[in-house]
Amino acid sequence: MQVYAAWKAANVKPLKLSKTMRFDTIIIGGGLAGLVCGIKLQKAGKKCAIVSAGQSAMHFSSGTFDLLGRLPDGTPVEAPLAAAASLPAAHPYTILGTEKVKKYAEEAVSFLQDCGIRISGSAERNSWRVTPTGERKPAWLTIGDFTPLASKDEKIGNKALIVNILGYLDFNTKFLADSFEKQGTECRITAIKLDEMERLRKNPSEMRATNIARVMDRDGIWEKAAEQIKAMINNEDVVVLPAVFGLKDASVVEKLREAIGIKTMFIATMPPSVPGIRSQMTLKSEFEKAGGRFFLGDTVVDAEKTEDGRIKNIGTLNFGDIRLEADNFVLATGSFFSKGMIATPDKVYEPVFGIDLSYPEGRDQWFDRNFWNRQNYISFGAKTDETMNAYIEGRKVENLYVIGSLIGGCNALYEGCGGGTAIITALAAADRVLEN
Amino acid sequence: MGVATKDNEFDVIIVGGGITGAGTARDCALRGLKVLLIERHDLATGATGRNHGLLHSGARYAVTDRESAEECIKENMILRKIARHCVEETEGLFLTLPEDDLDYQAKFVESCLAAGIRADIIDPKEALRMEPSANPDLIGAVKVPDGAVDPFRLTSANVIDAKLHGAKVMVYSEVTGLIKDGDTVKGVEVFNHITKQKNQYFAPITVNAGGIWGQHIAELAGVKINMFPAKGALLIFGHRVNNVVLNRCRKPANADILVPGDTICLIGTTSSRIPFEECDNMYVTPDEVDVLLQEGEKLAPSLASTRILRAYAGVRPLVATDDDPSGRNISRGIVLLDHETRDGVKGFISITGGKLMTYRLMAEWATDLVCKKLNVAQSCITMNTPLPGSENENIDEISQKTWTKPGATHKATVGRHGARAVNIGLKNEYDASLVCECEEVSVGEVKYAIDELDVHNLVDLRRRTRVGMGTCQGELCACRAAGMLADAHKCTDRAKGDLKNFINERWKGMYPICWGDTLRESEYSQWIYAGVCGLEGGECETIKAE
Repeated sequence: MQVYAAWKAANVKPLKLSKTMRFDTIIIGGGLAGLVCGIKLQKAGKKCAIVSAGQSAMHFSSGTFDLLGRLPDGTPVEAPLAAAASLPAAHPYTILGTEKVKKYAEEAVSFLQDCGIRISGSAERNSWRVTPTGERKPAWLTIGDFTPLASKDEKIGNKALIVNILGYLDFNTKFLADSFEKQGTECRITAIKLDEMERLRKNPSEMRATNIARVMDRDGIWEKAAEQIKAMINNEDVVVLPAVFGLKDASVVEKLREAIGIKTMFIATMPPSVPGIRSQMTLKSEFEKAGGRFFLGDTVVDAEKTEDGRIKNIGTLNFGDIRLEADNFVLATGSFFSKGMIATPDKVYEPVFGIDLSYPEGRDQWFDRNFWNRQNYISFGAKTDETMNAYIEGRKVENLYVIGSLIGGCNALYEGCGGGTAIITALAAADRVLEN
Repeated sequence: MGVATKDNEFDVIIVGGGITGAGTARDCALRGLKVLLIERHDLATGATGRNHGLLHSGARYAVTDRESAEECIKENMILRKIARHCVEETEGLFLTLPEDDLDYQAKFVESCLAAGIRADIIDPKEALRMEPSANPDLIGAVKVPDGAVDPFRLTSANVIDAKLHGAKVMVYSEVTGLIKDGDTVKGVEVFNHITKQKNQYFAPITVNAGGIWGQHIAELAGVKINMFPAKGALLIFGHRVNNVVLNRCRKPANADILVPGDTICLIGTTSSRIPFEECDNMYVTPDEVDVLLQEGEKLAPSLASTRILRAYAGVRPLVATDDDPSGRNISRGIVLLDHETRDGVKGFISITGGKLMTYRLMAEWATDLVCKKLNVAQSCITMNTPLPGSENENIDEISQKTWTKPGATHKATVGRHGARAVNIGLKNEYDASLVCECEEVSVGEVKYAIDELDVHNLVDLRRRTRVGMGTCQGELCACRAAGMLADAHKCTDRAKGDLKNFINERWKGMYPICWGDTLRESEYSQWIYAGVCGLEGGECETIKAE
């Protein structure tokens, strides 16, 4: 790819270079949905490529995946699988049917664990997570770093020692202490200071989660952190730490827990998310280990269709005039932030294939003037049916699938169903590809 | 009536913490008066903080309003001296586009010169060299001494100086009534939104500097002022497209000024009469956005592909003359009303109309009248006395004097606070750590603002420091700053409430333009605050006047 770019820059055409690259399935988008779909297909023996623009929503993960936290009418959900039956017709779960949602929700647990991501949780009953500002939100699967709570008002301990890294601003100790104290946990806030961290501080914008994690992950450093923390514990029965450990290797988190010796809870920080980035990298390497090709930092620019409306091949920025060809294409490009959809003053479109989206006319229908109310635009997205196929100008495209947050019909934030939609639709689409 | 004591007795009470009230408080304090300044919200929340931030040369008014033009150029030259840390000397261009009448240019230049404004006709090619973003189709250009002024900084500097000269400043304090003895105003009744207490304050003179809201203050005194709320909408773009102020060389119309300011530039304005009730709750309509974009692109075509950060609107406090209740002859000039001669109400004056540009002159007029009534013989010195931060020092040298190796953060801090940046602790690396990356606001600067600049919530903090004013519109810095406020105020519920209000306030400027990158940014904010943090709306405790 780089060689080709160099040739191209020098305006020299390569002599013998195939004008197409062939795959069984090409997935556009390297976030949670794209990776899950790609891994499943690749492990089933399909030759897959993922074209990814870069970062995904996993980079600011909350540390959990949600399945369903609230119904569209606002009713809180305790048992997501049971409640899924009462979702409206347009919801991706309803489109797939409750049986399949149940099946894929079960599959998701072993799937992620097989990929090397330690998770726990059940689709039968939500657990709870503590957010960076101390709120409590329903969760389905919790990444191993974090401690799921069994109930919304569970007390984390009698006395908590909340430990920050001195000068780190994205871990809000006061907000957390306040929320724990409401459950009757006495809190003490303190901070550790490591000489190795001081170099970061020379640059005023370096004290961020990933940079801290890079230092902490080095041998000898997290041990020092653990020693300092241990020395600070008086009569506390729980230590609360920001989730800034184990960027590459989750075992640091466990080793730290062990070294501290008492119950240690990690709390998600403001972005970037160290456990989220690690999980994304774990999935990416799992995909590549299975033989998949991950094209990072590339963008699809156009697509060629056959006469019967199927997708024949795509062109990307980096591959220039080499076309990427496949039997099936999966679109997992996400919503607005990741440019899966683009809004102009009067319309919303999907930039790769121009697939059909559903959204209301008139910009005043897109938003609520109160930020904290449900925002309509979050639920805009692709039209699909139980086949997970996309539509273009009202016509179903048999070899184009749509998964993840690009699918419309649900408000992932209000309903708390973003993680579930991503994983379940990805697994479902992979099965459709394998069936056909 | 309550009892006057040493603590609640003043020489003069000024109602309104916009630039006019702040300037008047400073002028009165400099003349040795014991001053109380009262503001129901935060400083600079009304029209003061909702305009172009244009340091008018006066050229815009030269043809249509000679008096305003003359006032502008005089004040322009004064502000360059006394408020140098609030002013950016950018120069301005008046462009004639193919659709405009080039004959207007001659009349324009002649009027400028007559008003004392330097106006040089320059070759269109030279104009493009001076400002490459200008519309290349231009057929004429005139260079004038326009500039940019930061209204938040200017207000803050006036308040700092008033306080240095003994003034008491109360924000989040709402005047609920005037204390009258017969036909004389003796003082004010105030509800303090922070302490939730009602208090009385006494002074022989009360100055109404409430801007558009001054109509209501006057009503409390039983006096009628005819205000005509004229809404003006503006758009802020994500970076500085232009470094020179761009105007259209034609009769003033919609969206024909593009002003660079700090890290951004802004186009405005529209002008429409709105009902009085809407003044407190304005939003920008899709039509206004369309007009601003259409006309803005004519000045600088690259605006078409530039990200819009925010849309906002202000209300001009226009006053109808007394014998013109219909408002046909509305003046944009300064209006000073002595209610004793006008209405027979003693101890009460109103200063209104005018512009951000002429605030100092308005303050001078008002203070002259106050002094006359109090038989104080001091004369005005504000035209020669630099504001705190702009004392006789070269701004560029301040950072070098304060820090051995000034970095970008230091420079940004000095840019915002001038010479007073020496009071901001950036000595160690913890204080130098950045809260807001977009605008290079450090921990030290946030602490200084909380301690010294009457900051009660995150929106106040934004006005003093630019936290959350950058391209991300407060994505992460808001939460960091909320944490610091929780520390400072020892109250997390309030800080969390502030955070919610702050995010909502940012959204208010974004939803009128919620497409493209603005919608992307908003979606990201939703994911972070509603998703990852799981914050929800609803009632929250915060310091906020209703």
